[in-house]
Amino acid sequence: MTTANPAVGRPGSPAPSLRRKASRGTILADRAATVVLWGTGVLVLAILGAIILHFAIAAWGVVSPSFVLDDPSDTVLGGIMPVLWNSLYILVLTMLIAVPVGILGGIYMSEYAGDNAVTSAIRFAEESISSVPSIVVGLFGLILFVDDFHWGFSALAGSLALTFFNLPLMTRLAEQALRAVPQEERNASLALGATKWQTIRHVVLPLAIPGLTTGVILTAGRVFGEAAVLLFTSGLGTPPHYDFTNLDLTNPASPWSPFRPATTLSVYIYKLNSEGLGAFKNQIVDGSAAILISMVLLFNLGARLIGRVLTRRLTAA
Amino acid sequence: MAQLTTAYRVSGLRTRPGLVERIDLPKRVVFLAAASMIAIVVLLLAFIAWQGIQLFVKDGVSIGQVLSPNWDPLADGGPQFGILPFIAGTIAVTAVALLISTPLSVGLALFLSEVAPQWARAIVQPALEIFVGIPSVVWGWLGITILVPFLASTFGGQVSLSLPVVGQVFSMPGFLTGFSWLAGSLVLSIMVLPTITSVSYDAFRAVPQELRTGSLALGTTRWQTIRHLLIPSALSGVLTAIVLGMTRAAGEALAVQMVIGNSPTLPAAITQPVTTLTSQITLDMGNTVFGEPWQDALWTMSLVLLIISITSVVLVRVINKRRMGS
Repeated sequence: MTTANPAVGRPGSPAPSLRRKASRGTILADRAATVVLWGTGVLVLAILGAIILHFAIAAWGVVSPSFVLDDPSDTVLGGIMPVLWNSLYILVLTMLIAVPVGILGGIYMSEYAGDNAVTSAIRFAEESISSVPSIVVGLFGLILFVDDFHWGFSALAGSLALTFFNLPLMTRLAEQALRAVPQEERNASLALGATKWQTIRHVVLPLAIPGLTTGVILTAGRVFGEAAVLLFTSGLGTPPHYDFTNLDLTNPASPWSPFRPATTLSVYIYKLNSEGLGAFKNQIVDGSAAILISMVLLFNLGARLIGRVLTRRLTAA
Repeated sequence: MAQLTTAYRVSGLRTRPGLVERIDLPKRVVFLAAASMIAIVVLLLAFIAWQGIQLFVKDGVSIGQVLSPNWDPLADGGPQFGILPFIAGTIAVTAVALLISTPLSVGLALFLSEVAPQWARAIVQPALEIFVGIPSVVWGWLGITILVPFLASTFGGQVSLSLPVVGQVFSMPGFLTGFSWLAGSLVLSIMVLPTITSVSYDAFRAVPQELRTGSLALGTTRWQTIRHLLIPSALSGVLTAIVLGMTRAAGEALAVQMVIGNSPTLPAAITQPVTTLTSQITLDMGNTVFGEPWQDALWTMSLVLLIISITSVVLVRVINKRRMGS
């Protein structure tokens, strides 16, 4: 037992007695903590796996081509085509406004904004809108667009309210994507005599495309699932049969018109649940929820994949 | 020096800026795009505030009446617009949701930043992003089809806990239908989990690596490093995360409304139905007519929600400023 005396511990090696004293309880606590922390990770994966499995089982026998392509019905299972159409319609309309404005705002925040009161006011506004409850944004849309502008419940009112709600997210993601472009690229371009705007337009923006694409897809995913904003802006009636040959944009009966009530898939789930009628309610909601979740998965995977492909292609060139 | 002269000469070659450059149209356009968010916030505040005060101004309801616990818009002796049950409900449901979610989320953040190997992180992080993307109606529907029936069938009768020596610790009526305060809190706790996790994860990552290695070199275990070093240094970040989670929980409407039972009374027991500001607004807005006192009361409730969320933004700023200061 030559090592028992701590005083003769070789220089450089930890004093053995100190190590001993720290042991048992502390090491046990450390092991326990490791197990618990691993447990949280496993738990989250298990919950997600269970949810996906649940909907895969619940949607079995419900989701079929006719479920996606038919009109809703009171007597048979029917389909969700009009509400799915409305979801895509409102998504496109919202992104048409939110993406350009968000990217332009992101350019300002990343390339121009100085450290001053205006910038901090914009940041405060950004954070505020993000934290306002979606139902309150919906009510704001109700009073401004539906009542004051006399648009009634309409796809346009819903899209604008959604734009308001998601503009901060789009702006922030665009800003992050632009900030990720190395400063040297800007310096090189400016040194060649390019103006600031030429640099942004021809150097920074192209390099930021992968990040911007990811930002757009992530925003789209949130817009697609949102319901509370749309409840009182684009309405929650069961849509009529859509005649896609009616291309008259001013005619509220045309499915292409922005001035018609447009119940989306998420709102439809909420409506079915709150009204609680119909023999096929549970199947329809399960099927619709399964489609919503698949779209969310698709948006997430798409964002990753496209971002990766674009990065590879642009950096290789 | 040579570079300086070249640069000087090049700048001399540039023509004086013309009108177009002096106006700098691109800068103005991108500024307008960014500043539009200020306009949105101002408009939103103005409209909701104007609608929110109508209950006091136009309908002549006093503040005392609004802060009473009696809500009955269709009462015989005149409508009663006490919104206290909703405020209390929102606080109660949010508080329990945070009690459940915070340890789990902070644990998960610690797992991701300190414990998880690269491959585990590469699985859990995308999973969390999918969590964020799941729409609130889907969470609500999961609550109705799985959680609510489970609560009703498992804890349907009297819920009590008895220990051998101490005797009965507590006893309360169980879940009648399953639609309850606890159901709302459980659904919310999962919905705010990604928010709290990702913000606290960033806070833990921001702690310099040298501090960790320094601590470990002193012979501490990983858990000791986490407890005595990481959590104290990242505390303000974790607090920010909790405030952000709280904001999200208090503002969530549909998922909560679907599972909470919507009974406009002060929250009494965790097994009983309650209601929140958001769920009552969602329920009643469609049943009321624009301009009637009942709807004005709903607008007042939205104003309360708006004040809660703006306050939390300010709170986060204060927490972060303190971190910068210290």
